[in-house]
Amino acid sequence: MDIASYLVFFSVVAGIYAITTLGLNLQWGFTGMMNVGVVGFFGVGAYAAGLLTGPDYPDSLGGLGLPPVIGYLGAMLASGIVAFIVGLLTIRLRHDFLAVATFGIAVCIQMLAMNLKPLTRGFDGMHSLPRPFASMAATPFLSNLYFLIMVLAIGGALLWALERLVRSPWGRVLRAIREDEEASAALGKYAISYRLQTFVLGSMLMGLSGALYASFMGFISPQDLLPIFTFQIFVMLIVGGSGNNFGAVVGAVVIWALWTLSETVLAAFLPPELERQASAIRVVFVGLILVLMLLYRPQGLLAERRNISASPASTSEKT
Amino acid sequence: MTATEPHLVVEHLVAGYVPDVPILRGASLLVHPGELVTVLGPNGAGKSTLIKAIAGMVPVKEGDVRVSGKSIRGIATHALVGAGVAYVPQTNNVFTRLSVEENLELGCISDIPRTRERIEETYRLFPDLARLRRLAAGRLSGGQRQMVAVGRALMARPSLIMLDEPSAGLSPKMTDMVFQKLLEVRAGGVTILLVEQNAKAALAICDRGYVLAEGRDRFTGTGAELLSSPEVGELYLGSKSRLAS
Amino acid sequence: MMQLLVDGIVAASFITLGVIGLSMVFNILNFPSFAQGDQITTGAYMALAIATLFGSAGSAGGLSVGWCVIIALPCAIVLNSLLALGIDRAIYRQLRLRGASRISMIMASFGVSLMLRNVIVMFAGQDPHFFTFDIQPALRFWGIRIAVNELIVVGVTIVLVLCLHLFLSRTTLGKSMRAVAENPSLARVNGIDVDRVIRWTWIIGTGLATVAGVLLGFTVQLHPFMGFELLLPMFAALIVGGMTNIYGVLLGALLIGLVEGLTVEYLAPEYRQAAPFAAIILVLLFKPHGIFGEKA
Repeated sequence: MDIASYLVFFSVVAGIYAITTLGLNLQWGFTGMMNVGVVGFFGVGAYAAGLLTGPDYPDSLGGLGLPPVIGYLGAMLASGIVAFIVGLLTIRLRHDFLAVATFGIAVCIQMLAMNLKPLTRGFDGMHSLPRPFASMAATPFLSNLYFLIMVLAIGGALLWALERLVRSPWGRVLRAIREDEEASAALGKYAISYRLQTFVLGSMLMGLSGALYASFMGFISPQDLLPIFTFQIFVMLIVGGSGNNFGAVVGAVVIWALWTLSETVLAAFLPPELERQASAIRVVFVGLILVLMLLYRPQGLLAERRNISASPASTSEKT
Repeated sequence: MTATEPHLVVEHLVAGYVPDVPILRGASLLVHPGELVTVLGPNGAGKSTLIKAIAGMVPVKEGDVRVSGKSIRGIATHALVGAGVAYVPQTNNVFTRLSVEENLELGCISDIPRTRERIEETYRLFPDLARLRRLAAGRLSGGQRQMVAVGRALMARPSLIMLDEPSAGLSPKMTDMVFQKLLEVRAGGVTILLVEQNAKAALAICDRGYVLAEGRDRFTGTGAELLSSPEVGELYLGSKSRLAS
Repeated sequence: MMQLLVDGIVAASFITLGVIGLSMVFNILNFPSFAQGDQITTGAYMALAIATLFGSAGSAGGLSVGWCVIIALPCAIVLNSLLALGIDRAIYRQLRLRGASRISMIMASFGVSLMLRNVIVMFAGQDPHFFTFDIQPALRFWGIRIAVNELIVVGVTIVLVLCLHLFLSRTTLGKSMRAVAENPSLARVNGIDVDRVIRWTWIIGTGLATVAGVLLGFTVQLHPFMGFELLLPMFAALIVGGMTNIYGVLLGALLIGLVEGLTVEYLAPEYRQAAPFAAIILVLLFKPHGIFGEKA
């Protein structure tokens, strides 16, 4: 693959993961909810898109052959609904219970993807998933490029919207809830409703990124739903800067770069028999980065900005 | 060590939970061996912080704390027992999930062989506890818990015992009982530093007292002197009256 | 039906050995360690490595596989405990000193979990390993079938649980641990060295995890995910049993083991992981502090 193609491919995936990370940032960075089931919501979105847009597979139910955009919207809806249900069950829980519960949910979603063969085609997964603008692109490179432009557009729009959201009074409540769990317990139903909203919104972003991923790769299977994905997104957020939307994006790019680069570097230096070991080494390496970041720069590369949110009452306004 | 050398010396202590916000701003006091000294003051004066600073639980910025001549400033809290100092916190001062007897046993881990005999002695001092020995401490009343807390503190045979508002949440009758027990403890030769909100009751049993205000010691004297002092009365009651009246 | 009960008890035994460490770390260090499962795995592989070393040395002397493992077990316990202490020293303790939040500790344990698992893959690969290829003899009575190894597992678990009970209720260290679990500040005031208690928490928890790993490796097989697969059931046992009550946790482990067995039998083996998870959700819905727990 030449440099341009490689860069485009890399940027698309980094962009998709950036959207996932933005979703986690909303849940954890801004509201302090530790969702260890990121890959589950990613998967719900991906499979929803697969079911809506995939061709009519002979051996299973799915594949309505709808346009990709419907797939993206459907993915957001599906992951939002799942998040709503999960949220109702778990939103009152303390951090550690929430972590355990969301972890379990992701495991269950992967298990369902593996075993509900009539719906998900099990281990084989769904293939031949369409991309938008596919007919317009003359070459694979152009197709990737159009996709990249779309991802950048979506990502940019989301970033803008999220930045406005967190500066708004709504965003202030989120931060208040995050800072003081006890005080927010006193707020009672009020706080729960806010946390639920964030949980659903963040999960919708994760679902969208899952759909984009499935659409780009053209393929989704339970192998894409392993817990390590959740780990990667957390590392991206922690390294980039939890509580900072730009940090989420930067972290996604940096970590994805490290991940893919280390693959190339290791492949160059290690003999092919050790290929399995290579992927293990990469995980250890990234795990080390996470731990080192937690120890020495917990605020991440781009620390959270102390922002004064827009408020009609304040005299010193800063929008 | 001469008979008049103070047991506990606190010298110009500046301390607070957060480095830039000192709650104690140069508090000093001294306690002679075998004395019962009380520390009083309005809310926010820093009484609790003073005890906690002596116990090494609040960072000390300036000043010194000495027990029997040796500095214990910044001591690790778990080394207090080894230095002969026992501390009874105001709240959460018993292990609610452990039985009364287990609570007492834990007070004696610095000298495990003597545990049995000391427990029996404690039961002689607090006969009610012997009856309740197998009960989880969480099931006891406030007054009974206070006895467990004090009994536990005595298990290590400390030379100095510090108590943070032992009368808090207790009825006047229970307060009297606890304070009577403290006098018995003092009679056994233990030096006592008593931080209290209930000024009248504390002044009635103490040898000397200090009144803290705004992080400093403002007044000192014998119990009787402080009871009849108009300035102390004003601090507490806001007018030129006396606590004793 | 009896067979289900027996299988459930065997499954519960593995969960029990692992969950004790999880519960201790949770109560004394205040966070659920996502790396607990992988400590089981490291214990098993350490024992395998040592046993292999002894085996190749010992086969000259005629040592059977059983003996190699019996010698390897204490060595593995020591090694695994040292590893756990090292990880605590280097990572968790540093985070504690910096006043890190519970979430950071959880994240760090997630990282440790992944690192441990993948270091094992680095050295031993993804394929399963076995302590022995001998066929395990099985006993049959009262219409149930139980392998001798499985009987040993249950027996060892019962003995260790009894020892744990005696330890917690009779020894000073045990009582100190219970004290620290409830109120570390008051424990310090009593003269208890909390750092020492923390060290022993890791040693005991890791020791039991190592036993679990070796027994699991002996009864089934060794593979890099063997401990991680127990993580969800262990969390379920912890939550169902009430986080603070160690005896509730043991009961929780039994429950989860039985429920898993029922799921495998009546639903499908693939849905095995769903059972503990469903249990977690059900319990948390109705009793947010676990069946035997108390308000934090």
